[in-house]
Amino acid sequence: MRASLRYRLFIHVAALATSVVILAPFAWLLYSSFVGQTDLVSRPMRWLPEHVTLDRYREIFAGGGTSAGAAFRSAMVNSFLVAGGTVIISLTVGVLGGYALARLRFPFRRVTLLSFLVTYMLPPITLIIPLYLLMSRFGLLDTRTGLIVVYCSLATPFALWNMSTFFGSLPVELEEAARVDGCSRLGALVRVMLPLSKPGILATALYAFLLCWDEFLYSLIFTSTAQAKTLPVAIAEFTGRNAVDFGLIAAGGLLAALPPVALAVVFQRYLISGLASGAVKG
Amino acid sequence: MTAAPPARPAPASPARRRSPPARRRPFARRAGGGQLRLALLLLLPAALVVFGVVLYPAGRALVISFYDVDSPFPGRYPFVGLRNYTEILADQRLWTAAGHTAYFTAVSTALELVLGLGLAQLLAAPLRLRWLFRAIVILPWALPTIVNGAMWRWILNAQYGVANALLTELHLQDGYRSWLGSDPFLALNMVIVADVWKNTSLVAFFLLAGLQTIPQGLYEAARVDGAGPIRSFFRITLPLLVPNIALVLVLRTIEAFKVFDIVYVMTSGGPASGTQTITFFTYLQAFSAQRFSSGASLAYLTVIAILLLALIYLRLLRQSELRSP
Repeated sequence: MRASLRYRLFIHVAALATSVVILAPFAWLLYSSFVGQTDLVSRPMRWLPEHVTLDRYREIFAGGGTSAGAAFRSAMVNSFLVAGGTVIISLTVGVLGGYALARLRFPFRRVTLLSFLVTYMLPPITLIIPLYLLMSRFGLLDTRTGLIVVYCSLATPFALWNMSTFFGSLPVELEEAARVDGCSRLGALVRVMLPLSKPGILATALYAFLLCWDEFLYSLIFTSTAQAKTLPVAIAEFTGRNAVDFGLIAAGGLLAALPPVALAVVFQRYLISGLASGAVKG
Repeated sequence: MTAAPPARPAPASPARRRSPPARRRPFARRAGGGQLRLALLLLLPAALVVFGVVLYPAGRALVISFYDVDSPFPGRYPFVGLRNYTEILADQRLWTAAGHTAYFTAVSTALELVLGLGLAQLLAAPLRLRWLFRAIVILPWALPTIVNGAMWRWILNAQYGVANALLTELHLQDGYRSWLGSDPFLALNMVIVADVWKNTSLVAFFLLAGLQTIPQGLYEAARVDGAGPIRSFFRITLPLLVPNIALVLVLRTIEAFKVFDIVYVMTSGGPASGTQTITFFTYLQAFSAQRFSSGASLAYLTVIAILLLALIYLRLLRQSELRSP
């Protein structure tokens, strides 16, 4: 019994220490976003701030014209639209194709599946040069549409693979029962498979959303103005240009992190089961 | 946090195993042509998207790498054969960048694996408030990479950073130092710290998924036989986790090898190009110097390197699977 008590003490201390290591940088970010500039740049560090201010958040939510706040807000909108559009397209395509790959028998099925998988491993830097040349030809540079098209190159192979794995893990019998009752294949897909696949679809949508929300390289190259710039690019610019206004960067970074962090915490279970079923992103 | 999951062999197999008997079922008669047509119909959108934004550009990039394209406008550019490749392979900057990339990949992946193994054990342990601990551990993973980079850049700031303040006041260092701005090797290591802080979570959750498939009975049997926790970790947990470890290694290695965003936001490749990675060098070559062809050949060299890495890992994975039935 004594060893067991020691073990329990050990795991709780270790969990506490890990939590501190994880939460401390977040806490510092939060602190920096509220504390006055003079406190932030004092040396030696003033651990108890003299001023607390909401100015950064006010600037971000209400700053007009050419302020950093206005740029941030438009980047937030762009990020939502681009990620949302990409998720819708790649999920639709992924559900249809994934079903075919998991359930139908046709020549070159394995080859098709594998070739989709290989496209998934191509580093974005390989595609970025021809995509840039193509988009500049079609006038898609610096548009949200262009960015959605490009993000589909990341999210679609992923959604296809993920959905075909998920469909493959569902029992065939249910679908066959529906077809004995007179459902067509498509009818069975819509009425039986889709309702059963909610966890798989949700996990795929979440991953695809996080993937797009996080993407940086494409957005950096393909966007240049507030018209299409996404949050990661806006934040990187804040960091580069406003190298003095640390509080503003902290506030912006926290707000940019809020949607993915909230999604991850709320849908934790789906994300983890997604990992278990082999769907992963690094 | 871009995606590159490779095949996980297990989930695909049930469908395959079921397919032969299914052929004998009543609906199989309508199969054949009908199924093919439906499959084509369902796969058409996917094929269009994947061809349009992945395969066609990948082919174009290969073509571009044999020409000398130096502007984004359409036009006639001279064919130069393999010259882009030979030139870039002779470029000292490539090998410096490759060295940084190899160091970053090896160290960050190794650290994430070791720390992730420990963290996965902790996530599976019978903790009070385990849900809370899991919610905390998932946070760094969800944090956007750019925000993570900006955060660490601020923490490590040379004049006002909290790392300097803390370490100086605890007398762990003599005075404020420039973590990211003076010593290239130190800066590269700090980028690794930021990367490891964020990605260990992912590795841990991934390994947790494997950990949960290990039957508890094995541990109890080991305890009855007198094995301590350390011994059962090395004799039970580790061998049974080998497939998961191999998979997460492949994933993280490939991701780390492509690293760009965190370097961009933390150091912009500096100081003295000391944190320039291959992707960063390719980016500069293509979009700062407008040497698109040179960039495309670099990108293809990256693809070859990644393929080689993946092959080596897959081979190791297969060997380990053969050893543990």
